[in-house]
Amino acid sequence: MPQTPTIVGRGNRDGAALFQRWFTELNHTAASGGQAAYVFVMGSLAELLRVFDLPIVMPEINSLQTAVRRVAHEYLDQAEDYGYSPDICGYVKADVGVQLRHGEHPMGRIPLPSLAVLTNACNTYIKWAEIWERMYHIPIFTLDVPGTRACGKQTWPGEPDFENDRGYVLAQVKELITVCERLTGKKFDIDRLRETLQHANVMSRGWRRVLELNESRPSVFNALTDGTIYLGVSNGFRGTYEGAKYFNDLVEEMEFKAAQGIGTMTDEKYRLVFVGVPCYPIFRRFNELFSEWGGTFVSSTYLWFAAGGVAQGYEYDLRRPLESFAEGVLIYVRNAMDSMFYQEQALAQVIDRFYVDGVVYHPIKSCRTVSTGLADSRRALMASRDIASLFIESDMMDRRVVSEAQLKNRADAFFEGLASRRVAAAR
Amino acid sequence: MAYAAGVDVGSTQTKAVIIDEAGAIVGRALIDTGANVIAAAENSFAQALACAALDEREVEYVIGTGYGRYRVTFGNAQVTEISCHGRGAVHMFPHTRTVVDMGGQDTKAIRVNAIGEIVDFCMNDKCAAGTGRFLGAASAALDIPLEELGEVALRAERAVKISTTCTVFAESEVLSWLGKGKKIEDILLGVHQSIAARSIGLLRRVGIDPEVTFTGGVAKNIGMIDALNKGMNLKVNVSADSHFMGALGAALFALDHISASREPVAQEVG
Repeated sequence: MPQTPTIVGRGNRDGAALFQRWFTELNHTAASGGQAAYVFVMGSLAELLRVFDLPIVMPEINSLQTAVRRVAHEYLDQAEDYGYSPDICGYVKADVGVQLRHGEHPMGRIPLPSLAVLTNACNTYIKWAEIWERMYHIPIFTLDVPGTRACGKQTWPGEPDFENDRGYVLAQVKELITVCERLTGKKFDIDRLRETLQHANVMSRGWRRVLELNESRPSVFNALTDGTIYLGVSNGFRGTYEGAKYFNDLVEEMEFKAAQGIGTMTDEKYRLVFVGVPCYPIFRRFNELFSEWGGTFVSSTYLWFAAGGVAQGYEYDLRRPLESFAEGVLIYVRNAMDSMFYQEQALAQVIDRFYVDGVVYHPIKSCRTVSTGLADSRRALMASRDIASLFIESDMMDRRVVSEAQLKNRADAFFEGLASRRVAAAR
Repeated sequence: MAYAAGVDVGSTQTKAVIIDEAGAIVGRALIDTGANVIAAAENSFAQALACAALDEREVEYVIGTGYGRYRVTFGNAQVTEISCHGRGAVHMFPHTRTVVDMGGQDTKAIRVNAIGEIVDFCMNDKCAAGTGRFLGAASAALDIPLEELGEVALRAERAVKISTTCTVFAESEVLSWLGKGKKIEDILLGVHQSIAARSIGLLRRVGIDPEVTFTGGVAKNIGMIDALNKGMNLKVNVSADSHFMGALGAALFALDHISASREPVAQEVG
């Protein structure tokens, strides 16, 4: 049966609906006083936590939603009035605001944490979780993931260093299982883990394929805007049947668009890559600064690291679920970290494969972790590729440090430069 | 004779320049921007026309630039001041490869190629530190006219180290040094060196490739020229029209448009 054009836009519609459903379920959990696990996008370990029927709360996503819904300042102000410095991560402060309001959030009520699970992918995660520990006296579990030791010096299964690291992660995963059993009173079921891992495999495979399909000209989705919707499902529904179905459907939609030459933009003039975290306080307007010139984001490092590194595409071996899960966590989280700190090699490949005209670096004031190395990354990339780049700073949460006029001025100058390059190339 | 114009509506002042077909400036005007940006653009253009003894209809194309470029309602197009300063600087000094533009609220470091196209640029972010506004704060604190600051600074014997580049705190820091008995010229030299250091930091981000051309309103300040020269160990180009460089660049882009529109259209020959 031939596919119909109604498939176009399905990913955005279904993604928004699933996202809403996730928060509705969290509202129910909050209302019933049920248990919930607070986790982070880089190394959520959702596949394992779902085995214990623990609802997943992602405070980073809660926080960015306050910015998208233009109320972040209320939460930030509350945390600052409480005593947090303006220089502290905006995600942390918005969450502190949510906690001070006993879970009140623009998308309903967020359940209080029963357990916090984190990795060392972001240094702030550790201090953030300690806030909940002090507030609620809950267990926090920090899984220490050995990172890449040098740019381009990754280790892989079979190599001694990797096997040592995997053993280290596996031992910690087993400790987490004990914590979850004690908290929930449920016995660990390896077959349920196998099931969540299977769904996660479908999602990882789909995510990788979707990102690859944006090599198409015109690009089939905007990595900054549409991509963030897909990202929400990737994080909120990791390891679920709904998540797996969503990504199968999304691959189908993107393959259809690629085959039919249906672009996300009617007149795509410039193909861009985004590096960093989006400017959520003016999310749509920020994208318009580029789309007004015919620019669209064909790729984004945000879709790599904020998806917890799953775009790398590693698939769990269901014959040895626990060992493979540890291996996957190691590879994914390491990949997420590398996407923040060592992204220039991957960017160079994207530039070559995706017909990229320019790279937009967006360091943000309230996340030094993701922003500090961007100047180095840009220098390294510009040394290896003759590519235009733009370096603009704002914030992912705090509208006080977002100056639209300044952003526009720089974006306009960037496109004037791109236009000059085109003319020069044609001469 | 065809004429082109550029109107640079900056945060503090609005500049208009009219050029002839050879790119020579035939009229210029400079006024405070004030609250009515549209009027500032119109008035500066009217004054530049009067200066050139031209009628508005004789100017074929007008480009607006600066933060208020979209408020140049009579303009035909808009180009950012980043591109315009680069273009203007290379027109004035053809060997320019790096431009430092110091204005009222912005300092820009711009790297350009041989025809004035932007290779890279960098600006101060959301803070007027290291811009002309900092000099304005020092001028107010010391009660010395802005245009005399540079000259006074050059009389200094030993610069005071200014620890803050925050424009809001500049006044209190300057006053605190006065309270400690430091000489006004030494304090002012410190102020100039502080701003220059901040600007040189921006320039290093894009790469300092000689020749360096200094543009914008602060380029009239001889103390700042000296501080930049010493800070980079080179001699920056400065034109008497440095203040108008953005408007000049805009006018040159306007002239490009006029030239392009007059190029003969290729005829299909059977």
